[in-house]
Amino acid sequence: MELYQSTIHELQDKIKEGKTTATAITKSVLQRIDAVEEKVHSYIRVMKDEALSAAAEADKEIKKGNIKPLSGISIALKDIVCTKGIATTCGSHILHNFVPPYDASVVEKLRAAGAIFVGKTNMDEFAMGSSTETSYFGPTRNPWDLERIPGGSSGGSAAAVAADECVASIGSDTGGSIRQPAALCGIVGMKPTYGRVSRFGLIAFASSLDQIGPFTKDVEDCAIMMNVLAGYDRRESTSVNIDVPDYRQFAGRDIKGWKIGIPKEYFVEGIDPEVKAAIEASIKTMEKCGAQSVEISLPHTQYCLAVYYIIAPAEASSNLARYDGVKYGFRAPASELLDMYKKTRMQGFGAEVKRRIMIGTYALSAGYYDAYYKKASQVRALIKKDFEEAFKKCDVILTPTTPTPAFKIGEKTDNPLQMYLSDIFTISTNLAGIPGISLPCGFTKSGLPVGVQFLAGHFQEGKLIQVASAYERKAQIEKRRPKL
Amino acid sequence: MEFETVIGLEVHAQMLTETKIFCSCSTKFGAAPNSHTCPICLGMPGVLPVLNKKVVEYAMKMALATNCAINPTCEFARKNYFYPDLPKGYQISQYAYPLAEHGWLELEVNGGKKRIGITRIHMEEDAGKLLHDEHNPVSYVDLNRTGVPLIEIVSEPDIRGAEEAADYLKRLHEILVYLEICDGNMEEGSFRCDANVSIRPKGQKEFGTRAELKNMNSFRNVQRGLEYEIKRQQYIVENGGTIVQETRLWDDAQGVTNSMRGKEEAHDYRYFPDPDLVPVIVDEAWIGKIRADMPELPQAKRERFISEYQISAYDAGVLTSEKALAGYFEEVVAICAKPKQAGNWLMGDVMKFLNEDKKTIRECPITAASLAEMINLIDAGTISGKMAKDIVEEMYQSGKNPREVIAEKGMVQITDEAALAKTISSIIDANPQQLADYRAGKEKLFGFFVGQVMKATQGKANPQIVNDLLKKMLAK
Repeated sequence: MELYQSTIHELQDKIKEGKTTATAITKSVLQRIDAVEEKVHSYIRVMKDEALSAAAEADKEIKKGNIKPLSGISIALKDIVCTKGIATTCGSHILHNFVPPYDASVVEKLRAAGAIFVGKTNMDEFAMGSSTETSYFGPTRNPWDLERIPGGSSGGSAAAVAADECVASIGSDTGGSIRQPAALCGIVGMKPTYGRVSRFGLIAFASSLDQIGPFTKDVEDCAIMMNVLAGYDRRESTSVNIDVPDYRQFAGRDIKGWKIGIPKEYFVEGIDPEVKAAIEASIKTMEKCGAQSVEISLPHTQYCLAVYYIIAPAEASSNLARYDGVKYGFRAPASELLDMYKKTRMQGFGAEVKRRIMIGTYALSAGYYDAYYKKASQVRALIKKDFEEAFKKCDVILTPTTPTPAFKIGEKTDNPLQMYLSDIFTISTNLAGIPGISLPCGFTKSGLPVGVQFLAGHFQEGKLIQVASAYERKAQIEKRRPKL
Repeated sequence: MEFETVIGLEVHAQMLTETKIFCSCSTKFGAAPNSHTCPICLGMPGVLPVLNKKVVEYAMKMALATNCAINPTCEFARKNYFYPDLPKGYQISQYAYPLAEHGWLELEVNGGKKRIGITRIHMEEDAGKLLHDEHNPVSYVDLNRTGVPLIEIVSEPDIRGAEEAADYLKRLHEILVYLEICDGNMEEGSFRCDANVSIRPKGQKEFGTRAELKNMNSFRNVQRGLEYEIKRQQYIVENGGTIVQETRLWDDAQGVTNSMRGKEEAHDYRYFPDPDLVPVIVDEAWIGKIRADMPELPQAKRERFISEYQISAYDAGVLTSEKALAGYFEEVVAICAKPKQAGNWLMGDVMKFLNEDKKTIRECPITAASLAEMINLIDAGTISGKMAKDIVEEMYQSGKNPREVIAEKGMVQITDEAALAKTISSIIDANPQQLADYRAGKEKLFGFFVGQVMKATQGKANPQIVNDLLKKMLAK
């Protein structure tokens, strides 16, 4: 097996045993990028020189015996997290030349843990999309079928892990943007509890929903990444100051006697039959693990999409107001102020971003606020309550991650509503602020990966690691690699 | 027709915190453009605000000083609009749930007392400043002021005239400065005021259409602006016109108000709760701590000065106009126990020197102890009041205490009766004609003899003793 194909824990062992070096791993990953990036287009920027010099530094430390949790591990960052001195574009024309003078908190944490950054990954513009097709830098392709989308908005980060162009990566999830591409690319992706991982330096889409999380090749790697990412940050007011457990200790524990909640509202028509079959098989696997499945109800499920498409655009319309051409980023030439604003934003933003800014501006307007934003906030509270009630009856909830496997590039770009439906099973998690994980649960006949999603109560990421690792061991999903 | 004026005021006061409201940049005025900025106040992508607790505490002080109820929870909201001095495209302010509400401030109106209601006090961040190039069609943005903490104090429409408005503002200003939460500098914009003005026929309950008045940067301009605006509205109504709801700018140079924008051009700010900030919870314990830390307020101090020191309302008003001055006065009185004299010396000579030098009482070279000692020396007869005038000036110039000045100048008063009698008899001997005229009934000449004695003693003679002796000796 090549180094670039390895997991974090496999590479960690090799480094500890002196069988490999940070430089060797980095070179291996960079060679892999050279080989497949043209086909997949996971990256907006590959940080070759930076990665090699960081690896050389890491090797000096390793030689001294200073081995950290991610020493020498190649990590890719979604281009939505700010990197000091390195352009951070958010997949947008309007930020194509923006170079932050600061690192996001997660970047600081990863660097302190020894991570080697190999590049900034492609994404839907401002994380608005489910296919990575709205990127100013062109679409990313699904490594399992280059005709298809990798999911989104963190499609580049998911594809990079699936195509072995990095060992693990960072994404952000506002309505499913980690879990949906993880499912469609056949890897593990976690959205932590709102407030668990610092948002400082994460370019905001919808501040009350955004959360950073990892993409990994297996569940144990997810635990390793969470150990590094999670924790209080005084630079973020919504960060929650509670202890972070060692997530790795949850991997390997059994789930005997656990109750697995199956929400009846999630198994309605519209689910692809092959996805449905894979999920039904997953439920059986849970029972083989000694858990018991129980039917639960999340009665406000039908409103999730509507609530999300009021709240997220409303917040976005305000969050994106700062891109006005005055201070940084793209500025359209114009003779006076209003003209400059209009042209800059008209030319700087893509169609989907403009669509959401308009929806959000409308929802917050005088005379509409009560009917839209306020009502949506009230329903959001009910959705949150649905989950609180549900978790009284079960330990974790199991659902499909997506209703269908990866669709074809261009298939849904002309139909935003159809595109929005691909997040139907992931959106409620963000509205409730709870954590969720997606992991592979099989393949369709045509060889496309299918994902299963587990959800848990606030700050119960440990439970998710526990149930996902139990599932992973028991299900023994065939270890396939995309043919590239 | 007789009209009644209805005024409500919105005051923005800059809080005197060291750092900005949502980041740790300095709030100092006058630095090089954009030198007091960071990614947070510059509105860069991905950065987040963290509330400066001091701002809440300062705002709580003002809320307590103006009898407001502090809400157990309040929240920040975003006020959305585009302008180059607003880097995020929204101002973080408070909207539906402000920090404090339902307060009042007492004014003295026509010898009586009147309460002006305070609708709300809320916290917000200031915007930056645009600098326009006079020779080129270019504007520059200075974001030093962006994120400087403000509180907005909104009054009820309880104010009935321009003078009353100015009085309300002076009281508010005085409290802010007393609390040491605002430097009150109107020229630098630390204390700004917008006014909502309307008129209605006397006796009518409904409000008239109001105009919002901006850009009045001194108490005088507030009064002038309001006076102009009231007259303008009256003129329109009296001539059959109707007032339009609009925002008007005061033009100081022309002495007029001009329309800035109409109701139709008013912004829709699309307020909504800021998801980057959490609600502010204020419990009773916190309020208690702030209350315990409150200084005596100007109104209470004035009343106490009148009753405790038996001084006039006017004197109490002057002496409490500044907290440091009141403190100085109390220090002097604590030593000499002569409030009337202390007040007179302070409001007379000392303030005159300070005003001439444009100094504040804090910079006064005369210590409270020195001034008290000087008053005691007058009382003991060691020096005369007239001598003290020169001594206090010397004390101010040199910073020396009165004993030092007296010793240096040999200014001790002559109270030795025998010595004075000797001086007087030689003066009488030298002026036989005046003596004869005096004895013949020209009593005015008494002053001549006093003057001669003072001249001979270089003003050091005790005037009382001189008087008594002269009367006796001239009568012989």
